Amino acid sequence: MFPPVPNPAAKPTPARFGEQDLIRRSASEVTPPAQRQTEVAKLIDVSKCIGCKACQTACLEWNDLREEVGVNVGVYENPHDLTPNTWTLMRYTEYENPESGNLEWLIRKDGCMHCEDPGCLKACPAPGAIVQYSNGIVDFVHDNCIGCGYCVKGCPFNIPRISQVDHKAYKCTLCSDRVAVGQGPACQKACPTQAIVFGTKDQMKEWAEKRIADLKSRGYKNAGLYDPPGVSGTHVMYVLHHADKPELYAGLANEPRISPIVELWKGMTKYAGLGVMAAFAGIGVLHHLVMGANRVTRDDEQHAMSLAERRQ
Amino acid sequence: MNREDVAPDDAVYRGDPVVVDRYTAGARINHWITATCLVLLALSGLALFHPSLFFLTGLFGGGQATRAIHPWIGVILFFSFAGLFLRFWRLNLWKGADTTWVVRLKKVLGNRDHEDPDLVEIGKYNAGQKIVFWGMTLLILVLICSGLAIWDQYFSEYTSITQKRLAILVHAIAAVTIICVWIVHVYAAIWVRGTIGAMTRGRVTGGWAWRHHRKWLRELVTGELPKDNKSGATPVR
Repeated sequence: MFPPVPNPAAKPTPARFGEQDLIRRSASEVTPPAQRQTEVAKLIDVSKCIGCKACQTACLEWNDLREEVGVNVGVYENPHDLTPNTWTLMRYTEYENPESGNLEWLIRKDGCMHCEDPGCLKACPAPGAIVQYSNGIVDFVHDNCIGCGYCVKGCPFNIPRISQVDHKAYKCTLCSDRVAVGQGPACQKACPTQAIVFGTKDQMKEWAEKRIADLKSRGYKNAGLYDPPGVSGTHVMYVLHHADKPELYAGLANEPRISPIVELWKGMTKYAGLGVMAAFAGIGVLHHLVMGANRVTRDDEQHAMSLAERRQ
Repeated sequence: MNREDVAPDDAVYRGDPVVVDRYTAGARINHWITATCLVLLALSGLALFHPSLFFLTGLFGGGQATRAIHPWIGVILFFSFAGLFLRFWRLNLWKGADTTWVVRLKKVLGNRDHEDPDLVEIGKYNAGQKIVFWGMTLLILVLICSGLAIWDQYFSEYTSITQKRLAILVHAIAAVTIICVWIVHVYAAIWVRGTIGAMTRGRVTGGWAWRHHRKWLRELVTGELPKDNKSGATPVR
């Protein structure tokens, strides 16, 4: 058993991280703090998950969210997808393993992966609407959000959802408010099987090693850790029995990275675009300085008058 | 002389100087609605294009308001420009003389085209104006289509995320291009003196028409145009 995060002290404690710990802030430059905080991570061990949805409930409960009553279409997912109120969702896949002939019920808790290289943040045009703390948490600051949906396009995991009520983007916060006072995320706290554990990223990797060794000893030779290098690693990681085929788990991205289209849009286009527009304006000014105005002469007017007279 | 390069409401009035009606009140109102929309779209769009221009959202009442209003201005522009398109497309069709004009662009830019012994007489629009017209037409189509694909509030469910990514890249590039076309359009109107009056009062002088659109002037003078005299000059028959 992974040692659980101790219960909080009865007296209030100051927040362990805040504005001063930002390493990235959307559409703005920040001076990163001299010292980076220890990176935290949530480890989701898919092989231990029983699909009880306690994590989903805990998330709604802690974050004071209400989901609409939905419609049963004969699947276990409820609701059918992530929404502005459902920041984490159990996704169920029935997989017939061709090697063993077994039916495997693969259950993955979907939600924000808290990428080290966050596509949402890089796509965001609103200063300070998305921030990344030095402990790895990527958080949405709703006061600054303008609801444009650029984060949706930037995210390699299809996570952010825009509310049609207040037109702001929502996703898992990794319970930044709880982590700030030394607690683990609500989902982790609620998990009855320790399929979700929380700690420093190094601790999580270590713990994952043990879990993977155990899975391998039980015949899952491709068991492994999902900490995708394409986004420089994530602060939510999975232990998968089939780490070679993450897409089995309800389409978990295989080798995710920020889309090259987004990189082009937010990289070259942004700078070259300003440059080209400035060049056009500059050439105009220069042309006028060098060539001067193109003026109608008295001669032109007289030509016009005689043309008009002749046609009388 | 046939009147292939003249719009129905164009007219010429004798006097000193000769006065030429270039745009009707309807066309001018239509133009300025489009122009206002285009400027507002550029300002609100640039605000979301580059962080250093985000402060422009202040003009529209903040980021949320900018995000909400930008697509609606785009819709107004689309229909307003459609009006301009219907008014102007026929006289903007490309002709052989236009290619000659493009070849001689260097002389035009050097203010020396009027001294050219092989001067090609230009109709109501020169090749530069036609390129602006068709450029605007094409880019506005691209912008409205890509814009609808990223108008999340109403249309998010109709496109995949990959399509949205492509749409927003295309939208950004098309927007930069149309702003450049707009700069050319505005600069040409400033550089070639006497032009702006065509879109404000609706009139230009005969000398301006002689200098820049001689074929248009000739065709106008030839035509029978019993028009009311608005400027104190006598209509030419």
